[in-house]
Amino acid sequence: MNQFQYVRPTKQKAAIDALAKDANAQIIAGGTNLIDLMKRGVMAPQKLVDINKLPLNKIERDGSNTRIGALALNGVVAEDKLVLEKHPLLAQALNAGASAQLRNMATVGGNMLQRTRCHYFYDTALPCNKREPGSGCGALEGFNRMHAIFGFSDKCIAVHPSDMSVALVALDATVLVSGPKGDRRIPFIDFHRLPGDTPQKDTNLEPGELITAVDIPDAPFTKNVHYLKVRERASYAFALVSVAAALNIENNTIKDARLAMGGVAHKPWRLTEAEKSLVGKPATEETFRQAAEVAMRGAKAFKYNQYKLKLAPNSIVQALKTAAAVA
Amino acid sequence: MNPEPEQPNHDEARRTFLKQSSLLTAFAFTPGPVLQAAAAEIDEKVASAFEKVPVRLDINGQKHKLSIEPRTTLLDLLREQLGLTGTKKGCDYGQCGACTVHIDGKRVNSCLTFAVMQEGKEITTIEGLANGDKLHPMQEAFIKHDGFQCGYCTPGQIMSAVACIREGHADSDDEIREYMSGNICRCGAYANIVSAIQEVKNGGQKV
Ligand SMILES: Cc1cc2nc3c(=O)[nH]c(=O)nc-3n(C[C@H](O)[C@H](O)[C@H](O)COP(=O)(O)OP(=O)(O)OC[C@H]3O[C@@H](n4cnc5c(N)ncnc54)[C@H](O)[C@@H]3O)c2cc1C
Ligand code: FES
Ligand code: FES
Repeated sequence: MNQFQYVRPTKQKAAIDALAKDANAQIIAGGTNLIDLMKRGVMAPQKLVDINKLPLNKIERDGSNTRIGALALNGVVAEDKLVLEKHPLLAQALNAGASAQLRNMATVGGNMLQRTRCHYFYDTALPCNKREPGSGCGALEGFNRMHAIFGFSDKCIAVHPSDMSVALVALDATVLVSGPKGDRRIPFIDFHRLPGDTPQKDTNLEPGELITAVDIPDAPFTKNVHYLKVRERASYAFALVSVAAALNIENNTIKDARLAMGGVAHKPWRLTEAEKSLVGKPATEETFRQAAEVAMRGAKAFKYNQYKLKLAPNSIVQALKTAAAVA
Repeated sequence: MNPEPEQPNHDEARRTFLKQSSLLTAFAFTPGPVLQAAAAEIDEKVASAFEKVPVRLDINGQKHKLSIEPRTTLLDLLREQLGLTGTKKGCDYGQCGACTVHIDGKRVNSCLTFAVMQEGKEITTIEGLANGDKLHPMQEAFIKHDGFQCGYCTPGQIMSAVACIREGHADSDDEIREYMSGNICRCGAYANIVSAIQEVKNGGQKV
């Protein structure tokens, strides 16, 4: 691993200054993604800004939002009373991720910024436009069974691996950031990017910006929710496909719905059209099948991930059935 | 063929030597050129790339004042510098759980954190679990239930199992399996590991 400078600011402004001063500086929070990538030489920051001394780990109410600090641990958020009561979908998604040990280390800010698990990104001997712009996308014609079926470009077909982010995009969360030019709020749906011609940029975070918290608005999605994760072993594996489903059902009629998928695109994939197609309909398997059809419009597979074209709609139906408690 | 000449136990001698010499370097505490940044607003501790950072850690109840390179993982510090080789390195990438230790009572993968980040924390490793010669109930249960074959994953399994009960995640076989999924056993001792945890849980002993 490359050697690096290490700084541990205790004030937010000092952290931002430390980042702004140095283009090769990188924040470290839990370290579970960054250290992994540094060991493999995929990332080689020359300075690490350890933000663990900043007071950013609270989970609290803010008006009609729940505000979760960027340093709140995944394991703590998943078992927090407020989160379980108001946003059980988020708790389910967090608990589906990684392992108990990793959830004790991983932070909310780090989770949304974790990099793709694409093998071409991880192996520095192979081409990857995300790691090394211009070197080509090895996965395009290569071994692409884990890859995207939506929103990819000819430069990159990687998927975003976070489970938490799939729930947050479904729940209309907002990311709070602070940077050299001040504070701003980014709707979660605009936080992650599609690859386009610049797959090296995962998100719309600007250089020097620090995530301070995420806000989740209150919504009537406290009961009929489900996070379904399909993976190659029962636990401790990344999603092939995952679905975050939240329904507000009154008298067996769907009043409102939220739907998003993981493992299918370069960003957590919100399914707004499918949501609309659910509203006003009875909560039945038939309704859910139609929504899944809408959701899959425009999907396109590569050589080895054809299975996702079937797995994804079936997972949507299954997640909605479980959320609605339809047998 | 000649019979094998009797070998002195080189391995054992080598191990002891390594442990002693690494302990000596670890304890030879050099304050190091730690700079307080000049700019008034930057209340940051700075270590340049080639400098060592002073770190205080409480490991198994013993206070340590160390001087370490920022890129040293907690796992490497324990094994290479402090000679605490009970904690194992399986994958070094967070994928197996062999390196599980407790930091301030929480189980974590020591391979995915830098030791400098743990300044002031309390670390418990497998060496700190027993009470003198008296094994921890979880260690007893692993032996009784044959919760291992080669034993490589076992320190991590045991540290994780203790945490699993303390967290309240050992109420059923299924729950134990889910919350122990961060510890891989390539020998496949899973069924016996679950039995060991169940016994300690149901025995009601303090873990
Ligand atoms: C074996 C293994 C299995 C896993 N399985 C899953 C899984 O099933 N599902 C899943 O979702 N995840 C999984 N993960 C990934 C894990 O969730 C992430 O590694 C973790 O969430 C990252 O959080 P962190 O705090 O450790 O981030 P770090 O590693 O500290 O940082 C990650 C990135 O975020 C940046 N960063 C961190 N905090 C901030 C901030 N506040 N502001 C600005 N930038 C910041 C860092 O600079 C870095 O680039 C797994 C990881 C491993 C090792
Ligand atoms: S050595 Fe740390 S998880 Fe494998
Ligand atoms: S006992 Fe051999 S790896 Fe678990």
